[in-house]
Amino acid sequence: MTVNPSGWRPSTPTNERDETHTVTGNRALMLEEPLIFEIGNTEQTGVDFAEVPQRATRLGGLERNREIGLPGLSEPETVRHYTRLSRQNYAIDLGLFPLGSCTMKHNPRLNEKVARMPGFADLHPLQPQETVQGALQVINELAFWLLALTGMDSVAMSPKAGAHGELCGLLCIRAALEARGDKREVVLVPESAHGTNPATAAFAGYRVENIPANAAGRVDLEALKARLGPDVAAVMITNPNTCGLFEPDMKAISDSVHAAGAFVYCDGANFNAIVGKVRPGDLGIDAMHINLHKTFSTPHGGGGPGSGPVVLSQALAPFGPLPFVAKYADGTYKIVEEENAAEEHPNAFGRMVAFHGQMGMFTRALAYILSHGADGLKQVAEDSVLNANYILRRLADVLDAPFAASGPCMHEAIFSDKGFADDVNTLDLAKALIDEGFHPMTMYFPLVVHGAMLVEPTETESKASLDQFIEAVRSIARRAKAGDPSLKAAPIYAPRRRLDETLAARNPVLVYREPPTAQAAE
Amino acid sequence: MSLYFTKDHEWIRVDGDTATVGISNHAQEQLGDIVFVEIPEAGRRVGKGQEAAVVESVKAASDVYSPVSGEVVEGNQAIADDPALVNSDPEGQGWFFKLKLDDVGELEGLLDQGAYREWVDTL
Repeated sequence: MTVNPSGWRPSTPTNERDETHTVTGNRALMLEEPLIFEIGNTEQTGVDFAEVPQRATRLGGLERNREIGLPGLSEPETVRHYTRLSRQNYAIDLGLFPLGSCTMKHNPRLNEKVARMPGFADLHPLQPQETVQGALQVINELAFWLLALTGMDSVAMSPKAGAHGELCGLLCIRAALEARGDKREVVLVPESAHGTNPATAAFAGYRVENIPANAAGRVDLEALKARLGPDVAAVMITNPNTCGLFEPDMKAISDSVHAAGAFVYCDGANFNAIVGKVRPGDLGIDAMHINLHKTFSTPHGGGGPGSGPVVLSQALAPFGPLPFVAKYADGTYKIVEEENAAEEHPNAFGRMVAFHGQMGMFTRALAYILSHGADGLKQVAEDSVLNANYILRRLADVLDAPFAASGPCMHEAIFSDKGFADDVNTLDLAKALIDEGFHPMTMYFPLVVHGAMLVEPTETESKASLDQFIEAVRSIARRAKAGDPSLKAAPIYAPRRRLDETLAARNPVLVYREPPTAQAAE
Repeated sequence: MSLYFTKDHEWIRVDGDTATVGISNHAQEQLGDIVFVEIPEAGRRVGKGQEAAVVESVKAASDVYSPVSGEVVEGNQAIADDPALVNSDPEGQGWFFKLKLDDVGELEGLLDQGAYREWVDTL
């Protein structure tokens, strides 16, 4: 069965030190698991397929000329393989997931229950629209909530994740500029923005220029004003920004951008911190994506697809993409697409997706919003900010917190590696956190902070959970300052010791190749 | 031959009207193990301060800016094949590209080695 007979562990040599081996490689409930190719025999299959009848090929010489080597496993072998692997993984359902700018929060089970209702889960995107009125109503009501929370004019529900939403926003901006015959080539991106922003602007065909941050970690307003001109199409700002700080000059930024004839794109990845507190529309923002998989608790990071609706200002609304759901006076809903867009929405910049977006995420997000209500959503923002500030202040005496002096942070606390012993770095601290049973925080980002550690606890962690995390970080930070050499060996208790990330990046082996027989027998 | 640096941590070694550009030892230290490099093709025009190459490490991806304007004469295929060269010999074999300068006057305002070191110490 799935016992690894050689006891071989594909790991660094260091972890063989001082360890006694079991015959199987397992250690009680910590089960060793080889690759699926190493357990499965390509000669057998767990399922009885009928012989494929021989037919004349119509592939003109392109047909497969050898076996593809899929491993053959029985159903229990397959189930055990993936269950064992899943037990070596870390998940939000196991513990605190402090990845900054990720908003890894609890996914309420109510959302799952709603998303699994057959009236939503079993729909086909090409079903006649009369038969999916309830689903269209869900999209429409979620859109209503997103507009109410952002104070914007319209929303494109179809983009499938944050960066897709960014692209949607920039394409709207491009369409609006072209509609007035204005050719602009530059998108300004402050240093405190998300890393995807410059990539999106470049993908949309713009030249990207940086705007520096000031000493308080905010956009340098004067530098921005000085750069604005007739060649600037848009400014992409993340607010709250990647340092976990609110941009207090946001309205002044928007006003100067608009005065220069350009548009303001806001990266909404950090919207969780301000939901129900600040409406982006009131800050003069023209387009902003909302990560349903962050702010509105839909599964995220391997657990489900993303979803990145984009809210648009009055100036950009006419250019939003197709398709979208429209509600009519008689209470019915209809998807506006190319064939009926001429009268409803003639200036759409185009279409980004085949259908109308991530339906399963829409139902989950709406369930989350309705179960929290307006007051609950506001409390989410407040508690997420409170939790981050609790971490910031409880760690500020052991870790350097570069912006702590400028006041409270928003939803995430940022620290630098200043004060660590010379040969100890952020990566060592992160690896030691794995031994303490936590997923590491975001490391080395944003770039403006040396050896950055960006911690976002979210509102769903209890004080007990935060305290446990804080004690773990405090202990590791003290070791980092003292130059404890054992940090270099971390993680010690993980299923694999420290992986060679450099080798993996320089020489990625993406295809399984059977090892030579001699090595397999070792 | 003379050697200059930028505040973006590029170095440029000038010989007549051609120059070799790379990233400083400080830059490679900060980036950590470099795992990918994208070099410009010969014939490409680059402006002063414009991105000319890409360097990616286990920690971060960064643009490499051209310290002066000119036309790329050669990209260093050796670092594209073996990015570790940028770590082991950043200011020698780990050079990024060679450039035919448009205007030698653009070199004014760049830092010399001493001024660059002093500036790095303030970071």
